[in-house]
Amino acid sequence: MKLNIKYFGLLAEVTKCDEEVVEFTETTLSALLEQLFAKYPSLKEKDFQVAQNNTIVSGDAEIMESEIALLPPFSGG
Amino acid sequence: MERYSRHIILSEVGPEGQERISRSKVLVIGAGGLGCPVLQYLAAAGIGTLGIIDFDVVERSNLQRQVLFGTSSLGMNKAVAARERLTDLNPTINIEAYPERLTTNNALNLFEAYDIIVDGSDNFATRYLVNDAAILCSKPVVYGAIYKFEGQVSVFNYDDGPSYRCLFPTPPAAGSVANCSEVGVLGVLPGIIGSMQANEVLKIVLGLGSVLSGKILCYNAKSSETISLSLGKNSEAYQKVLQGRSQFEGRNYEATCDMVINEITAEEAIRIKEVQFIDVRDAHELPRIQIDGCVQIPLDQLDGQLEQLDSQQTLVLFCQSGIRSRKGVQLLEQHGINSYSLLGGAKSLKQQLKMESECDSAKK
Repeated sequence: MKLNIKYFGLLAEVTKCDEEVVEFTETTLSALLEQLFAKYPSLKEKDFQVAQNNTIVSGDAEIMESEIALLPPFSGG
Repeated sequence: MERYSRHIILSEVGPEGQERISRSKVLVIGAGGLGCPVLQYLAAAGIGTLGIIDFDVVERSNLQRQVLFGTSSLGMNKAVAARERLTDLNPTINIEAYPERLTTNNALNLFEAYDIIVDGSDNFATRYLVNDAAILCSKPVVYGAIYKFEGQVSVFNYDDGPSYRCLFPTPPAAGSVANCSEVGVLGVLPGIIGSMQANEVLKIVLGLGSVLSGKILCYNAKSSETISLSLGKNSEAYQKVLQGRSQFEGRNYEATCDMVINEITAEEAIRIKEVQFIDVRDAHELPRIQIDGCVQIPLDQLDGQLEQLDSQQTLVLFCQSGIRSRKGVQLLEQHGINSYSLLGGAKSLKQQLKMESECDSAKK
């Protein structure tokens, strides 16, 4: 399926885009991350959480929705 | 009451709501980019007791966004300078300035004296300290954080809702996320995010609308888009903080967040006699390293496999480039285990091993 992936903060600097459509044939979050790490190796060194359909998911969630967001922590104030 | 007439004529506030505002006590951590707008609106709104803690002094480069200060405040402590400005804005409220650093020694006592904590800090050490102290004191935290053109807002630890650790359980590796002074920030951005934080404080005080709990709002100043992500409570993360109550004062948050990490080059590492290498990469990552006594524990499993580490030896963690291994060193530090992160990661180790074996065969 086609996933619409949003990158926040410094992750968008790694991927050089705020948002992109990615073709995904697997079913799990870990498979999706593997795919993204293969495309953007330095993404692996970043801290972030993943949201699916605007809900933060953890562990090895099943990817069922097409709206994905990668959210890193910000420290600035 | 003329001062608050525009509040009082709102049916959702009224004289009772304004009375609630004047009875509330709010502590703002940091009088910087976020703290300034938060303080300005809360003082104007008539929050009865406003606490301001900041150890830093006003610098010229702050004036681009820290709107409580002017050139006359340069060199002054921020908490003191903010109190001076806010006293002029609203002399009817009580303003406490704490010109000191928030530490594990003063946090619990300070938090106990307030109803709501606002996190306007600019580093992860303070953010995790604020989170943990607020859990221990059962106080809600109105959180705001910024990066260049983007901001995040949420209310943590409110009405049994999730905390900052439910979103980001452990601090990122030291130096992996830059702050405003390093990468810059659009001056108006903390004004927007700080104003949103002030809004959440007033909603909590007035019991108005729905508080931004269990959600994190992300704002992008370039696209003017907001997106709100839901998050669940991680009871384990909560319990860990509560169980650590007795050790709280002894914890070194700076050590785990902004610590200087022991790093070592591959050349130095392979010369250590009693050494255990720990490959914190995932099993499939290349190049594979063949070296005696090397154990493979992916970073996300390190926490649960401490028994594999040989405390009699010098522990050297490596990954692909040397960032995950830094994080591993931080994690072990939290367990009181001293270790090193290998500079340059697996590649540089492989190269060094190759050079050594070539040297050895040349000697033969």
